[in-house]
Amino acid sequence: MTEPHPRFLWRNPEPKSRYEVVIVGGGGHGLATAYYLAKEHGITDVAVLERSYLAGGNITRNTTIIRSNYLWDESAAIYEHALRLWEGLEEELDYDLLFSQRGVLNLAHTLQDVRDGVRRVCANRLNGIDAEWLEPAEVAEVCPVLNVSPDVRYPVLGATFQPRGGIARHEHVAWGYARAADALGVDLVQGCEVTGIELAAGRAVAVETTRGRIAAGRIGLVAAGHSSVLAAMAGLRLPVQSHPLQALVSELYDQVLDTVVMSNAVHVYVSQAHKGELVLGAGIDAYLSYAQRGSFHVIERQLQAALELFPIFARARVLRTWAGTVDVCPDASPIVGPTPVEGLFVNCGWGTGGFKATPASGFAFAWTLAHGEPHELNRPFSLERFATGALIDEHGAAAVAH
Amino acid sequence: MLRIPCPWCGDRDEVEFAYGGEADLAYPGDPAALTDEEWAAYLFFRDNPKGLLRERWVHAHGCRRWFELERDTVTHAIHVRGR
Repeated sequence: MTEPHPRFLWRNPEPKSRYEVVIVGGGGHGLATAYYLAKEHGITDVAVLERSYLAGGNITRNTTIIRSNYLWDESAAIYEHALRLWEGLEEELDYDLLFSQRGVLNLAHTLQDVRDGVRRVCANRLNGIDAEWLEPAEVAEVCPVLNVSPDVRYPVLGATFQPRGGIARHEHVAWGYARAADALGVDLVQGCEVTGIELAAGRAVAVETTRGRIAAGRIGLVAAGHSSVLAAMAGLRLPVQSHPLQALVSELYDQVLDTVVMSNAVHVYVSQAHKGELVLGAGIDAYLSYAQRGSFHVIERQLQAALELFPIFARARVLRTWAGTVDVCPDASPIVGPTPVEGLFVNCGWGTGGFKATPASGFAFAWTLAHGEPHELNRPFSLERFATGALIDEHGAAAVAH
Repeated sequence: MLRIPCPWCGDRDEVEFAYGGEADLAYPGDPAALTDEEWAAYLFFRDNPKGLLRERWVHAHGCRRWFELERDTVTHAIHVRGR
């Protein structure tokens, strides 16, 4: 089977001097936003501006885990909307995403973990999300290579399980959205860095770029770790902080792990890609950074945790480690909506968990850009919530410690 | 891994330290007078520069003292040491 080379999946147009909507950031969320703007709202006079190349940031640096088992109603709604879109996305984009609903386990290692897990399963079920609580013996049935014996430092006391969760091939997701958006008339402009945002009477009217000034009816910032930098160009301050988030893959092995295993307490998450690499993620590095690299001790600790859970991996070899720059919010939930600057909208703060949300993030942000106000899905994820106190604290469900 | 200059103990590995985030944050002088927006700014909004950041660290597994330094968030180079 041969696939077309990605270079030929979309045009490489010169930017025009004006668009109805300019999206800053050619990652997964930006590309999905452009696609849904064209598809759902018929708005095709759209440019996606990417300072580097399409899909070179967090969309291809994550560990590809998809699930919707978040605690609060607001999060359950948007992540479950995403999962439902995932379930039809390969057909919709006519592109193979290697979307595999192999189930996601979130392990509990302490009594408090167990209580939190059971509570979250109950909350999920009330929101119509498939969630189960598994005892250790049931966990072992789902994942035989997992060590559930009591003689480890942090024994597995149970787990939440979402059978519809899984993984997808992340670069295909970006390319699928990019190709579909391009076909609908969206200009995907690479090598185009935004260096300024032009305000007129308090309204954002254009972006200055390394390829000239581009005027816009509405501007959407979808730049993940660089959101603060862009927002500052419009005099706007965001409650996000940029950290390295590291991950690694092993060399290729026979398939031994056909589900996704995550653990907050010992702090690692593991799956096995179709090709055979074990894909492991860790927590964020504590310090702020835009370097797309982190400290090695984070990798060491992540592997210590992985080996306790999976003794079978003891002689696996690390092939490659890397990091993305993630924009972390104080409540581990995103900010998607209008800003105090008229004409300027943000979609940021997805932090360590944005990949799974890509379809719903694009869907809701496209609606927001089309109507000038938030969709019901993203209305709670406003910038104002930090002043009103209506935070959506998902540190428990986010799975990556902040 | 970063090598962090503790002003009292000298250069040590990052694993001996805990991060304290942005430096020079003062508790509001008259907390009862703050608006909700001012509380939000104090609690949730932090500098997030691409470049030089003045930040706090504590030598948690050493002398246990707090100090400040200036670090570049792109290169990780530590430029200014200080107490």
